Amino acid sequence: MLSAVWQTLTRWYHQWGSPRYFFQYSGVLLRWLWPLAIVATMTGLVWGLAFAPADYQQGDSYRIIFIHVPAASAALLGYVSMGVAGLVGLVWRMKMADIMIKAIAPFGAILAAVALITGAIWGKPTWGTYWVWDARLTSMLLMLFLYLGVIALINAIPDPRQAGRAASLLSVVGVINVVIVKYSVQWWQSLHQGSTLKVVGETAMPAEMLSPLLISMLGIYLLFACTVLVRARTEIMRRERKSQWLKEALQ
Amino acid sequence: MYFESFDAFLQMGKHGIYVWSAYGISALLIGLNIGLALRARTLARAEVIRLIRREALNVADSTD
Repeated sequence: MLSAVWQTLTRWYHQWGSPRYFFQYSGVLLRWLWPLAIVATMTGLVWGLAFAPADYQQGDSYRIIFIHVPAASAALLGYVSMGVAGLVGLVWRMKMADIMIKAIAPFGAILAAVALITGAIWGKPTWGTYWVWDARLTSMLLMLFLYLGVIALINAIPDPRQAGRAASLLSVVGVINVVIVKYSVQWWQSLHQGSTLKVVGETAMPAEMLSPLLISMLGIYLLFACTVLVRARTEIMRRERKSQWLKEALQ
Repeated sequence: MYFESFDAFLQMGKHGIYVWSAYGISALLIGLNIGLALRARTLARAEVIRLIRREALNVADSTD
């Protein structure tokens, strides 16, 4: 059983590690993923904005949560994925790993920015200030800079292999900051509230608020997946533009 | 709908300015991201198709 799972995983690793296979099947996948992503995001946000009840303490300002938490958690998850791709790229020199880092970084940076901006706007009516230099906010700002650093490295180094190695290294090292962001509210005194969602244990949020939040998260994750696939396909088309298989695929 | 009227929905219990500016900026940034990604893909695809056409022309020339 376990060896069958392992075999399947290694087969997928090799298949999706091939630009040609990736290009072909990501195209099929996207046809389903785009509508799913848009429907989930719209459902979650409209539900959260118009149908979920108001918070008994924060009133309606808490509705910012339905974009703030999905954006922040997707930015974190995106950075971890970039770290995994970086590790694969550094250890096994896989071309697709470099392409994935380049594909993940732009939306990761945008989602980190969305989390910071919506958090600041939410902070004003809730804490009375847009910004404080506490552990959660500062480490999240650092995450935005790490994303921008990865993008800058890739753009600054003309040789794609060297650019890939540098970006991989920064991706792997930056994962430490993901851990800091995640646990900052427990390790240090913070103005920021604790995690709303818990993987282990009971979530304090009532179902009328939790359901739209989970659907919005799913939607933003799927949107992230869609743009990563689109950007990876773009990069494959740029790098393989002289390959015969690509010409055949586009004819 | 949780709100009693569309006006109440827009006002968000006096927090409308915060809620709607947060969502407006988010929509703008996420929309920009998707738009740029799709545009880059279209340009990359057009470049490959241009190469294919040029190659086809060269082949046609050499067989004349």
